[in-house]
Amino acid sequence: MKYALYTGCVAKGAGRELLVATYLACEKLGIELVEMTDASCCGAGVINEDNPLVGDMLNARTFSLAEAQGLDIMNICTTCQGVHRKSQRKMQRKPEYMERVNAELERDTGRRYAGEVKVKHFYEVLLHDYGLTRLKEKVVRPLAGLKLGAFYGCYATRPPEVNDLENPDDPDELENLIEVLGATPVRYGDRLKCCGFPIAMMNKKNSMQLGGNAIVSAQEAGADAMVTPCPLCHLNLDAYQPEIESRVGRKLRMPILHIPQLVAMALGVPKDAVRLETHIVRPTGILAS
Amino acid sequence: MAGSKVTFRIQRFDPSVDREPHDQDFEIELPPGITILKALNKIRAEQDPTLALRYSCGSAICGSCAMKVNGHARLACKTQVADCVTDGVLRVAPMGNLVVLRDLVVDMEPFWSSLGRVKPYLVDDGGPAPEQERKQAPEQFLKIDPSTTCILCAACYSDCNVLEVDQRFVGPASLAKAHRFIFDSRDVATPERVREISRKTGVWDCTHCGECSTRCPTETKPLERIEEIRTKAMADGVHDNYGARHALGFRETVGKRGLLDENYLPARSMGFLNLPGLLSLVPVGLRMIVRGKNPPLIPHSIEKADEVVRIFARFEELRK
Repeated sequence: MKYALYTGCVAKGAGRELLVATYLACEKLGIELVEMTDASCCGAGVINEDNPLVGDMLNARTFSLAEAQGLDIMNICTTCQGVHRKSQRKMQRKPEYMERVNAELERDTGRRYAGEVKVKHFYEVLLHDYGLTRLKEKVVRPLAGLKLGAFYGCYATRPPEVNDLENPDDPDELENLIEVLGATPVRYGDRLKCCGFPIAMMNKKNSMQLGGNAIVSAQEAGADAMVTPCPLCHLNLDAYQPEIESRVGRKLRMPILHIPQLVAMALGVPKDAVRLETHIVRPTGILAS
Repeated sequence: MAGSKVTFRIQRFDPSVDREPHDQDFEIELPPGITILKALNKIRAEQDPTLALRYSCGSAICGSCAMKVNGHARLACKTQVADCVTDGVLRVAPMGNLVVLRDLVVDMEPFWSSLGRVKPYLVDDGGPAPEQERKQAPEQFLKIDPSTTCILCAACYSDCNVLEVDQRFVGPASLAKAHRFIFDSRDVATPERVREISRKTGVWDCTHCGECSTRCPTETKPLERIEEIRTKAMADGVHDNYGARHALGFRETVGKRGLLDENYLPARSMGFLNLPGLLSLVPVGLRMIVRGKNPPLIPHSIEKADEVVRIFARFEELRK
């Protein structure tokens, strides 16, 4: 198995531990990754709002780069994943718009997007391409005793037409993954809510309250830690957790993990190597190194 | 599902007796092809006439019967029971973000007030009224076609993540209504509307959770209308707010190196002269430095960044 790895900006910046863990997990699984060092930011929905055509051109360029390599794209950020899929769907539904995007893109870069590449998140690769049965066979250090709350993040579930979840209103996919890794999934009320990150700069109070509600909800349901497929959710819930604690008026100390960190550890990668110590809230208990 | 039995787990609340809402189960025999609204009326007719709910047309036009089905807002008249049953059970509750008056009936007043905030009426040029109607060409109407389909059911309001933490947010239905007039070729108040809606509690306070569009039973799809308002605000140069500066930060850094500069963006969003705003970023910045997870001081560039630079060089031209 081989994918073009689209890192996104955060895994190259404030969430470098995500990239490290992704490589370690994929090495254990025998998944070959070719990093897309020439792909740009997906626009995170922001460029796409500022100028929709430019947003789609950036993404069409990224898709064309993967097509040139003959590889499907693997994302490690659900925001990138959602923005990519939205772009793809928009072009797929309106061939005349796709032609416009391609004409403009060709003018600036000489590239064209053929509409062939598939875009998948790491967890979708595990669920659909690799398969949970095969993954289970590879687990050498089950995360037994760990109660984990999956925090899906908005883009993983909404809009439902651009994700692959069987039941986006009440999904099981990440819980199934957690179970395969030997941990105990905890379902909680706010697991499909927004983490608040997109408005961290516009309305910090609301952003922190959204993050706080999510963590409190997971904690009250008994989660020892939360795990997310989105590094932006990770930033808000982990890096801003002290501000979140002030906002909700109580200590939370909730460790937030990236999915590849979890997978890598269950596959036998040493805890130190997945860099849990770089998180603002360092895990304790069985995750402590 | 023909002739099968289903348990409706309905949230009940009678303010004259109950201190808290509670669930009550009703088991009913269901004919095939029945909607939730019909099933609820069957329960009222056969088991408990005190069950309170709002409904009128039964045809997804009046927007009266929005309620939570299995935790998400839907029109009861447009939803088949058979699509919502898990292990023989279907859960029904009143809409969220609004005060429950009784059972499934909520106080809609905050919703109507929020609509009033966006001046939901056409502001004409003040000239003498035309003999016939004020005309629009079909291509002019197409721009507002989606936002005119809103039936004011408040399903988006019910499930909006931001309203859950801040009732001052104007909300998705009102933003869609604002869209309907901002993009109306006959309205003369567009510049004012865009400026007004760019202020705090307006269009930039939406967190993009997508609940509104996912729950919307019509083609209104508020999130897409919110995105279009933001596009217009950016194009019209209404940049004096956190959201627009944040978008400019993306444009300026991605347009130069292909990747986002996570050190520059927060400062740009706050505004370089906004000292309290900049100071509010210090704790998280220091925390990240201590953990060694601060973004690199010299920002990364992608390979072949010149291709992206060429795209951004035509940014304004590519708006057309």
